[in-house]
Amino acid sequence: MKPVFENLTKGDTIGERRIELSRADLVRYAGASGDFNPIHWNERFARSVELPGVIAHGMLTMGAAVQLATDWVGDAGAIIDYQTRFTKPVPVADAPDGNNPNESTNALNISGKIGALDEEARTARVDLTVSAADENGAEQKVLLKTQVLVQF
Amino acid sequence: MSINPEIIGRVYPPQGTYTVGREKIREFARAVFATNPLHHDVDAAQAAGYSDIIAPPTFAIILAQAADAALISDDSAGIDFSRVVHADQRFTHHRPIVAGDELQTTVHVDNVRVMGAGAMLTTREEITDLDGNPVTTCISSLLVRAEGDEN
Repeated sequence: MKPVFENLTKGDTIGERRIELSRADLVRYAGASGDFNPIHWNERFARSVELPGVIAHGMLTMGAAVQLATDWVGDAGAIIDYQTRFTKPVPVADAPDGNNPNESTNALNISGKIGALDEEARTARVDLTVSAADENGAEQKVLLKTQVLVQF
Repeated sequence: MSINPEIIGRVYPPQGTYTVGREKIREFARAVFATNPLHHDVDAAQAAGYSDIIAPPTFAIILAQAADAALISDDSAGIDFSRVVHADQRFTHHRPIVAGDELQTTVHVDNVRVMGAGAMLTTREEITDLDGNPVTTCISSLLVRAEGDEN
C-alpha cells in the first residue's frame, strides 16, 4: 500500500532488499544501458587498469538500489531527485569452473530509512544504505550519500 | 594524455533526437531489477495517469552517457575513457520520462579539478523535449585516474 505522507516520521525504515549479481547481470546491464566499458565484462582488461577484476557498473548498483524506494512509494514518477556517490567497486567474479555462468558471485544489500521530511514541499528524503562484498569477501559500503527525494 | 582544464564551460549541443521506446524501457527495467508494473504494463501506467509506461529513475543515464561521447571523443579534451571511474551521479527529474518521448541532450562541462596526476570532471547533461522543456538534469562526476594510480 502506498505510504501516507502525514504518517511518516524521520528515521522510519522502508525495508531492505538483497539483489544477487552474476557476470550475466553485468552483460545484461551493458546491453540495456549502452555502457560497454570492458572493465565490466573482461577480466584481463579490468586487471590491466589496476582493478581487482571485473566490477559492476556503478550505474547498475545505483539503478538496482533505488528499486527499494520505487516499490515503497509504488510509482517511480514520484521520485523527483536521486543521487549517490560511488565509494567502492563491486567485484563480480566469473562463476567457478563447471558452474552455470548465471550463478551469482556477489550481492547488493540495500536498506532504506526516512532521512528528512519537508512538510511544505510534501517531500520525503529516503536515505539508502548499500553494501556488497569486496574482492576479499568483506562487506563494504559501496555507495555513500544515496538520497532519493520522493514527492507526495 | 591528460585532461585539458580549459574545457570548463564548454557546451556540446544535441547530436540528434532520442526516441524513448517501450521495449527499451522494459529492457532497461529488467537490467536494473525494476519489476514495478509502471515500467512494464501500459494499462497499469495509464491507470496511474501516464500516457505510456514510465522509465526507471536512472534510465536517463543512457542519454547522458551517449551525449558524453561528444566530449570523450573530443581529442582536445584529453580524456582517456579507459581510466575513467564514476565518482558521483545525480538525476533531477522535472517530469518522468515516458515511452514515446522525443528527447535531446546538451552536455555542459561544469568543472575540472586537477587532483595530482588525475582529475575530477563534472558534467551536466540537460535533457529536454524538442520544444526545450526540461525533462531531466543529470550531473555526473568522473574521476580520470592517472597511469599507475591504484585507486
